[in-house]
Amino acid sequence: MLSALLIMTGIALVLGAALGYAAIRFKVEGDPLVEKIDAILPQTQCGQCSYPGCKPYAEAIAKGEADINQCPPGGEEGIRKLADLLGREFKPLSEEHGVEKPKSVALIDEQTCIGCTLCIQACPVDAIVGAAKQMHTVVEPLCTGCELCLAPCPVDCITMVQIPDTVQTWKWKYPVIELRKSA
Amino acid sequence: MIHSPYIRKPASVQRVMLNVLLALTPGIAAYVWQIGAGILVNLAIASVTAVAAEVLMLSLRRRPVMLAATDLSAIVTAWLIALAFPSIVPWWLTVFAVLVAIVAVKHLYGGLGQNPFNPAMAAYCTMIVAYPSLMSQWPAAGTVSFDTQLQLILGGLREIDAVTGATALDALRTGLRGDANVGTLLQTAPFGLFGGRGWEWIAGGYLLGGLFLLLTRTITWHLPTGFLAGLALTSGVLWLFHPDQFASPMFHLASGGAMLAAFFIVTDPVSGATTPRGKLIFAAGIGLIAYLIRAFGAYPEGIAFAVLLMNICVPLIDMKTQPAVFGHRGGRQS
Amino acid sequence: MIARLFNFHGGVKPDAHKNESANAPIQPAPMPSRLVVPLRQSTRATARCIVSPGQHVLKGERIGDPEGTLGTAVHAPTSGTVVEFGLHPLAHPSGLNTRCVVIEPDGEDRWVERHPFDYHTATREQALAQLRDCGIVGLGGATFPSHVKLGRGSGIDTLILNGAECEPWITCDDRLMRERAADILAGASILRELIGARRLVVGIEDNKPEAIAAMQAAAGGIEGDVAVVAVPSLYPAGGEKQLIRVLTGVEIPYGKLGAEFGVQCFNVGTAHAVYRALAHGEPLISRVLTLTGNVSRPGNYEVLIGTPISHLLALCAPKPDTDRTLMGGPMMGFALPRLDVPVVKGTNCIISASPTLFPPPQPEQPCIRCGECARACPAELQPFELYWFSRALNFGKAQEYNLFDCIECGCCSYVCPSHIPLVDYYRFAKSEIWAREREKSAADQARDRFEFRNYRQEREKEEKAAKLAAKAAETRAKMADKGAAEEAPANADADPKKALIAAALARAKAQKEAAPVRNTEALSPETEKEIAEIDARRIKAALIDPATPAGDTPSERSPESTS
Ligand code: SF4
Ligand code: SF4
Ligand code: SF4
Ligand code: SF4
Repeated sequence: MLSALLIMTGIALVLGAALGYAAIRFKVEGDPLVEKIDAILPQTQCGQCSYPGCKPYAEAIAKGEADINQCPPGGEEGIRKLADLLGREFKPLSEEHGVEKPKSVALIDEQTCIGCTLCIQACPVDAIVGAAKQMHTVVEPLCTGCELCLAPCPVDCITMVQIPDTVQTWKWKYPVIELRKSA
Repeated sequence: MIHSPYIRKPASVQRVMLNVLLALTPGIAAYVWQIGAGILVNLAIASVTAVAAEVLMLSLRRRPVMLAATDLSAIVTAWLIALAFPSIVPWWLTVFAVLVAIVAVKHLYGGLGQNPFNPAMAAYCTMIVAYPSLMSQWPAAGTVSFDTQLQLILGGLREIDAVTGATALDALRTGLRGDANVGTLLQTAPFGLFGGRGWEWIAGGYLLGGLFLLLTRTITWHLPTGFLAGLALTSGVLWLFHPDQFASPMFHLASGGAMLAAFFIVTDPVSGATTPRGKLIFAAGIGLIAYLIRAFGAYPEGIAFAVLLMNICVPLIDMKTQPAVFGHRGGRQS
Repeated sequence: MIARLFNFHGGVKPDAHKNESANAPIQPAPMPSRLVVPLRQSTRATARCIVSPGQHVLKGERIGDPEGTLGTAVHAPTSGTVVEFGLHPLAHPSGLNTRCVVIEPDGEDRWVERHPFDYHTATREQALAQLRDCGIVGLGGATFPSHVKLGRGSGIDTLILNGAECEPWITCDDRLMRERAADILAGASILRELIGARRLVVGIEDNKPEAIAAMQAAAGGIEGDVAVVAVPSLYPAGGEKQLIRVLTGVEIPYGKLGAEFGVQCFNVGTAHAVYRALAHGEPLISRVLTLTGNVSRPGNYEVLIGTPISHLLALCAPKPDTDRTLMGGPMMGFALPRLDVPVVKGTNCIISASPTLFPPPQPEQPCIRCGECARACPAELQPFELYWFSRALNFGKAQEYNLFDCIECGCCSYVCPSHIPLVDYYRFAKSEIWAREREKSAADQARDRFEFRNYRQEREKEEKAAKLAAKAAETRAKMADKGAAEEAPANADADPKKALIAAALARAKAQKEAAPVRNTEALSPETEKEIAEIDARRIKAALIDPATPAGDTPSERSPESTS
């Protein structure tokens, strides 16, 4: 009896020591949590999460002030990744923050633009070029589709257009699994 | 939309399983000839139960029933169970074992292709733990009539000792626990030329079937070779040092379920290792553990436990033995 | 001579079906009524259109300029009128549109002036530029620009000519080798010279004895170390990496160029095109392709690039039970989403498919980990592992298991007893990974730009604050001076108070002056004047209310402001 107990204790000690050693030896030097969260966020910088950009939202999540389901552009996949990273339960996108939309870019109707520069000031990623009183243009590859430039435009000349599939960006679909109706 | 390739080799799971069943027939024929036709009754009971369980589980899991139930994989499991068990176990034991294999080990893990354990061997282990005595009563070769076997199976007769003899492995271990040594033991009743009397022929039948599987490329050489080598090497080493205490590799290869295991059980693709090197390690590991259990363990036959133990190691083995990919070996190759 | 052949792992032997079309000589296909020439003729590059509708072009006249490093020029396949420049569907599994030039042939088929290119006197760069300007790309199907493949050429020992043509049904290279062996080898020796290789090895699958004989006969006329080698017929022996392995034993991993290993490989059709481009100055405007499958008149045709597939199908007369049309071979090709798409440079075969010849796949069953796929995979992958990972969307793991080494040859799907469309999963996973990489780099860029903007705004705020502070200090100093001069020491306590209030007022005023935030800070006086003028004009035209920066009726604004 005593020997069995001793052996068990011995094993427990050895294993514990091994685990402890492994924890130190194989410790992952990770980025701080904020960076990791920020890396998952889509960087649309749209503020729909009610924070002024992705980084502040990331900080809020890290501090535990914000929930993980507030970023509509990141969508379900983003929430899933956050849930994975933080070891939390997945939850659907919170409706008050918006809905997931297909990726779009802003398009300024150059005939209507009056060159007021208001959209330039609103754009979080400096994707709009133009000088005062001059026509403005969205540099399409830079635009994140945040829609922040829509509201400030006094003449409503900015619209969001969905990015069409091209041969370069076209994706193969997930193979459909053929299931025969059960007999 | 269907994408390329637009042509397919005429191959199917059903065909693979059919090959396995075909390959089992010489062994079964030898079984009937040496031991008696009782095994056929067991095979039938196991098959019917397996198909019924399969259909039941598939419909419970809302899967397409027809396709999966006719892929013959359940029948293969059923036959392996029947062949691995003593052929005079009562019918309900076979039914119980098949249910364990199909319902618990196969379908509760997600059905064909998902089970981490070999269903037949998991059922064997369950049964030998639950009914150790029933599972160790084997009919002696050529001594039990078909009528008696039938009565034993269908439950009437339970005057076991009158009809069964110990198997070669059993006799060996009980003998060695006493004072006998291997040399004298091998002269006694249950032993034949190499292994157990009668069982040698059955092992030969399995070997024949195994060669058929190799020829039809249903299995690769790695698994049987690894297993037989693992078993032969470990038993060989001990036998060289203590021929009195340990039986020869030849005896080990030809007795118990070694041949059945080598070609039909170890080779179960779903729960086994898949890389060439991994297959060798996996199979050799089974051979080694099976021998250790035979020689030092509490059960006369250890293959089933060995298989389950190695099943646990499969993910690790596979991960560690990923073969080099084309072009990643570096430089010129010959 | 090659002493020995090497073999590659795996491979499959599907029914070759070459006899259907192998004995039909190459004939020119009749001219269609319209040619739709896509400007996207090489991998990942689309040429820039340099013609406009209404313009008359000659056969071989350039209609698209090369764009980017992988770009090649595009030419008019015949003489005629450009009737349209617009989007048309491309022969691609997606069926998506791409920019195309539509030409209506005038029936004269008049060539532009052609000059043979003397590559002996020209520099290597000039020769490569000539290839690019002639639109030479790999004709084996990948359409990789040949000048890029040749470009890094130094340290190449062996040039391999790929005449294996391992895909079932296809016979265009076979016919080309039988009929134009001398031209092919002339092109190959040009390539050999350009790439600086010592020896030339032609690999042909041993199921094409006539082609081997023709090439061997023609090889006598070529100087240097030339070998025509029969390689065992085993799909995919014609895969570039596999053929290089078979002939030289060298394995080229994913993402590496043959150049690093001293070998480079070109398709026989490409060699032929190179010969036409340099010896005759003819750009690549047509190619040989096979029309076969479930048809009454299988054959091999020389077809102008841009010919609609439907026009070609009329030549071979598909039988009534044809249900799909495949482009490329049955192992790696794809079903055309529609039939009005044009032939491109990579089109080597059009197969009419019927349910009898190409039966629909049997229902998918679970993977039993039988390892058949691994035994067949020429890239020596573990396809079922890739399948599990791709299916579970575990792309990181799939990449760890070398997903990108998969050449999508289809061997694994071909042998799988569970009828799993394995390659579909790899194609899906690969395009998903690429899409994610694109998204990731877009996100990274957005993050950088956002952070920079924040930094800039911060800096501007600080600068502005500093400016204001300076101004305030100035005012305060002035006030203090004034106060000191005008007022006698009346009330010692009130004085600093007053000064403070005055300073605050001044500050507020200054702030007000600076308040309208406009991007007008760094403007030169001239521009400011201009802006003022525009403003004045606008106000005059009553387009904008001077109080607010924008007007209510923008659509009626004066034409000047549109410029
Ligand atoms: S909601 Fe917008 S700002 Fe907030 S994290 Fe998502 S993309 Fe970034
Ligand atoms: S252009 Fe508009 S939609 Fe695009 S990033 Fe800038 S503010 Fe957002
Ligand atoms: S061939 Fe099919 S069933 Fe066999 S391991 Fe590969 S994917 Fe699985
Ligand atoms: S398609 Fe990819 S995984 Fe399948 S056999 Fe070919 S190379 Fe291997």
